[in-house]
Amino acid sequence: MIRRAGVAARVGDGGPAARLRNVGLRYGKVVALDAVTLDLPAGCMVGLIGPDGVGKSSVLSLVAGSRRIQSGTVQVLGGDMADAGYRADACPRIAYMPQGLGKNLYPDLSVTENIAFFSRLFGQSASERAWRTAELLKATGLTPFADRPANKLSGGMRQKLGLCCSLIHDPDLLILDEPTTGVDPLSRRQFWELIDVMRSRRPGMSLVVATAYMEEAERFDWLVAMNDGRVLAAGSPSDLKASTGGATVEDAFIALLPAAERAGHKAIQIPPWRDTGGQPVIVANDITCRFGDFTAVDKVSFTIGRGEIFGFLGSNGCGKTTTMKMLTGLLRATEGTALLFGKPLDSTDMAVRSRVGYMSQSFSLYTELTVKQNLTLHAHLYHLPPDKAHARIAYLVSRFGLADYLSKRALDLPLGIRQRLSLAVAIVHEPELLILDEPTSGVDPLARDRFWELLIELSRDQDVTIFVSTHFMNEAERCDRISLMDSGHVLATDTPASLIRARDAACLEDAFISFLEEASGPRAAPAAAALAHADQPQRQGRSWFSPRRLFAYTIRETLELLRDPIRMSFGLFGTAMLMLVFGFGISTDVENLSFAVLDRDQTPESRAYLEELRGSTYFTEESPLIDYGDLEKRLTNGDITAAIEIPPGFGRDIARGRPVSVSATVDGAMPFRAQTIRGYLQGIHLLYLTDPAVRTTVPAPPPPADIAVRFKYNQDFESIYAMVPTTIPLMLALFPAILTALAVVREKELGSITNLYVTPVTRMEFLLGKQLPYIGVAMINFAVMCLMAVFVFGVPLKGSFPVLLLGALIYVTTTTAYGMLISAFTTTQIAALFGTAILTVLPAVQFSGMMTPVASLAGAARLMGRAFPMSYFVPISIGTFTKGLGFADLAPDLGALALFVPVLLLLNRLLLRKQAR
Amino acid sequence: MRKLANIFWLGIKELRSFSHDFVLLGLVIYAFSFAVTMQARSSAQELHNASIAIVDEDNSELSRRIAHAFLPPYFKPPRMIAEADIVPLMNAGVFTFVVDIPPHFQRDILGGRQPGLQIDVDATAMVQAGLGSGYAQQIITAEIAKFLSQAEGTKPLPVNLVVHIAFNPNVMTAWFTGVMGIINSVTMLAIILSGAAIVREREHGTMDHLLVMPLTPFEIAMSKVWANGLVITVAAGLSLYVVVKAILGIPIAGSIPLFMAGVVIYLFFATAIGIFIGTVARSMPQLGLLYMLIYMPMNMLSGSNTPLESMPHWLRIAVQVSPSTHFVSFAQAILYRGAGLGVVWPQFLATAVIGGLIFWLALRRFRSVAAQVT
Repeated sequence: MIRRAGVAARVGDGGPAARLRNVGLRYGKVVALDAVTLDLPAGCMVGLIGPDGVGKSSVLSLVAGSRRIQSGTVQVLGGDMADAGYRADACPRIAYMPQGLGKNLYPDLSVTENIAFFSRLFGQSASERAWRTAELLKATGLTPFADRPANKLSGGMRQKLGLCCSLIHDPDLLILDEPTTGVDPLSRRQFWELIDVMRSRRPGMSLVVATAYMEEAERFDWLVAMNDGRVLAAGSPSDLKASTGGATVEDAFIALLPAAERAGHKAIQIPPWRDTGGQPVIVANDITCRFGDFTAVDKVSFTIGRGEIFGFLGSNGCGKTTTMKMLTGLLRATEGTALLFGKPLDSTDMAVRSRVGYMSQSFSLYTELTVKQNLTLHAHLYHLPPDKAHARIAYLVSRFGLADYLSKRALDLPLGIRQRLSLAVAIVHEPELLILDEPTSGVDPLARDRFWELLIELSRDQDVTIFVSTHFMNEAERCDRISLMDSGHVLATDTPASLIRARDAACLEDAFISFLEEASGPRAAPAAAALAHADQPQRQGRSWFSPRRLFAYTIRETLELLRDPIRMSFGLFGTAMLMLVFGFGISTDVENLSFAVLDRDQTPESRAYLEELRGSTYFTEESPLIDYGDLEKRLTNGDITAAIEIPPGFGRDIARGRPVSVSATVDGAMPFRAQTIRGYLQGIHLLYLTDPAVRTTVPAPPPPADIAVRFKYNQDFESIYAMVPTTIPLMLALFPAILTALAVVREKELGSITNLYVTPVTRMEFLLGKQLPYIGVAMINFAVMCLMAVFVFGVPLKGSFPVLLLGALIYVTTTTAYGMLISAFTTTQIAALFGTAILTVLPAVQFSGMMTPVASLAGAARLMGRAFPMSYFVPISIGTFTKGLGFADLAPDLGALALFVPVLLLLNRLLLRKQAR
Repeated sequence: MRKLANIFWLGIKELRSFSHDFVLLGLVIYAFSFAVTMQARSSAQELHNASIAIVDEDNSELSRRIAHAFLPPYFKPPRMIAEADIVPLMNAGVFTFVVDIPPHFQRDILGGRQPGLQIDVDATAMVQAGLGSGYAQQIITAEIAKFLSQAEGTKPLPVNLVVHIAFNPNVMTAWFTGVMGIINSVTMLAIILSGAAIVREREHGTMDHLLVMPLTPFEIAMSKVWANGLVITVAAGLSLYVVVKAILGIPIAGSIPLFMAGVVIYLFFATAIGIFIGTVARSMPQLGLLYMLIYMPMNMLSGSNTPLESMPHWLRIAVQVSPSTHFVSFAQAILYRGAGLGVVWPQFLATAVIGGLIFWLALRRFRSVAAQVT
């Protein structure tokens, strides 16, 4: 297809929004997609359904152009997504919201700042940005929260913000990956209403949505059911239900699964709970938890009876986890009281802890250990007697179906098995109370049912009290009683049936929504009428370079840096602190050396010799040595660094003109110090020989030549004048490189790198945009260090400051680019940090003229030094500070340094990928 | 007894986890092999390959002899330059030393007129300038004396000075830098391994898990101290025997078991520091940044790089607070000077006391860890 024609093609002219043919995808050995062939119709709402890990996200990322196509063809909006040129043309027409709430958003940025970032990426002018932002905020009801940072938003609001950022450029194709997972039902409902409004506003827009909630799928126009990297079926919801005979989409989906996976699946039966009376297991009375001025849990009260399954239902961040942590003693309640087994909660009571089992979010297991090792570790830690532990583990392994996995590492287990293992580990010690924090998130419906069968057995047959939290309605319905939670409050507590009855609702979800609406007051319906501007997508043609896109990254990075106190203070004060350490600590001026004498002569002549030594400022004398044994002992102890021994008959032999020898023993533990001491002693000895004041010695003949050593640039030969100017290049090599490397890898690790993949920003804009703030930080560091050099260390700047400034600017540009280069090879922040530190410190300290001048290096060391920018900036820094040089002297170094800039930039551009692999 | 069993089993778990973390394993191997040999073979603290130029305005027998007396490995072969080039070449840092032999130098020497000879030294190259200027003076003096002794006899000096260097007669810097490389690696890894062990538990949510089990923070922290300490002790011991003694051929004067006992005491402190910053940092990158701010000064000022004697007085007092200073001090005493327990016990004691204090602080922070994980 001709590229330009592809761009011109509008949706609704017949073709599908996306066409996949034989698409395969592997992550290492794992097959994510297996020859998927699929047409996604345009102009309607397409849903991808199926549990986690079946390939939904892979399909969406390929369609969005964020992931590289490995095999098969993907055509989107009529063009081939394998063609980088077409992708660049098409991406302004596509919007992609990846999985994970706000994964492509920046948590430290406010709502408007996030939207502005995306607006700039699409090259919108300030005026366009202003009206679009205002309009979207109004439509989503986020206007009152415009200045709130994204990480302080509730799940529902974050999701709306994600939608705003996706819609800022009026896409023709909107791709949403699990946009509603973990959000409360009211926000979910509002979200879909909002989507309807947006669709009515832009009727031609195509939507592709992945979801794990089968209920939601009922409302879609067209469904694709996926399992295990394949498409099970595709069609409208009614078609799917008709062809499988299922009453709901969930039934239809289970019916579509291969027979082997369905085996043993039956509807869950829960025998009713009989309250045996007696003491309640948990009594919570108005417990409250505050973090600073944020109230996470506000006056929550409930009672849980013995053997009861008690549920907490609520969205992510509503306070479920915090409440559970207070009851396990992990957090202290700010106010209120809680009774556990009838006694006040005491986190130091080990006996109580042995009666409680806990399973935290994300199945906290030691993933490096095998199944068996995990089980035995916990048996040991709960001190089960060996024979009992053996029997218990054998029972758990057989009951939980873990026998096939015993020697596998937990990391390699499928999610459902890992979840079962996690439960088995939590009940190794047969606890009376089990606290489970969202134990089923991310697990497919069948595995969830199996998990619940185990819970029901524990509760009904073994009388274990279970306190469980969830955001799934159908799980909540299985509990004996539930508390509905929202933003730190319990809205209501009762049996699910009573709650539905109390609200006259059709189902638990409606009842929950009704409670939520009551709590939050009447809400404004998303107002389509409020949209004043007619939609006129103003897309310019593709441009190779746009300062606006570049500054989008610069502004974002700067804001984020300003709001991260640890990185910021590290960036600003780390150098200053280390400069102090290096400046004061690293010195080659060896002084305050302790020595002691063993004077076996005790004559005026020997005293005259020692007088010369005592007059030296380098040495301080310790008490005299008694004998040779004392000399050895004190050298060994490190009391003295040098011992001077004057032989008997010293004075007599001098008087007779017989040559005599003074013997000095120097502690050689530190060779550099020993050599320096030897040099000092020889110097003092020469002074003694030629000292006209020493009358006791037969005067030596005058030396044949007058050898004068002239210390250039640093007449007093104080190392601070060399050390401080070399510390500045070292710090400017290390810190900017680390910060820049972290900045890039952070985006990779957190997932916001997707924005580079799916928006029109070019690689060069991304690189330069991210680099600029760190060049700024480095220049601030440079200024601070220069001031410290002059005012703290008293090292004057003798040469040209403009040359130093210019050199520093070019230099930090190269060191930040060097950090970027390292980030291209690392995927985790910790690897970036240590990788950069090792790869910077080594050439910086060894090969860049810090301790050894580059002129003394040879072979590989010289090459390494020459290939590292610092070896050109050290001469500039020393040259301007201590040697008093100017532009003419330093031009070759400046020129060499400047050559690094284009080379490194080009290298970075080549190594950065515009798509995920 | 229960406590000991808990500490033991948790430590075993720690070792199993560590053996699967290939990044940290790689770091341990690198730090105790390559990093040590590299530091031993670097010649940053000695006169090596110094660049020298000679301005020969005399062009005599003597001046040529002087030029030929500057030999490797201390000096590179001297280059002959013109007097006018001295300033630009030294400004550019091409030569660290320039010997300027004036016209009629040989004639004036023979005539006993005590001619002047100037050595220009680039005093911004501190180590080479400091050691090299003395060498250069001695070399020239010796050449002149040799030249004169051929021309006429010379009288011996009335008093001679004989300098012995104890413990390291040939002043081999590798003896020092190699062992100091191990010491630096011990500090680095103890902090990183134990800090990473804490942060890893927090990132995976297993820390919560431990804290609701019948385990005390003391047991959890102790298990990390012994497990990570064991890894480093074994690695450091191997490095001392295999890398330092066998590969680098550095003789060890003192008792290695005594040194290893000191390492164990020191590791108690260093792992406690790691645990402490592990409870402060919320993520691996923060741990890394904190690590650098703590490790760099502790290492640079410990005396393992430059002598303590060269620090300002107040700083010498201040660094006594850091056990790494005591560690370096007893390591030098034991390994080079062959000192025994009678000599080094004050350093052992100081290390243990400060280590205990840090460990107590780390324990106090431990409970607050749970509150920060969200």
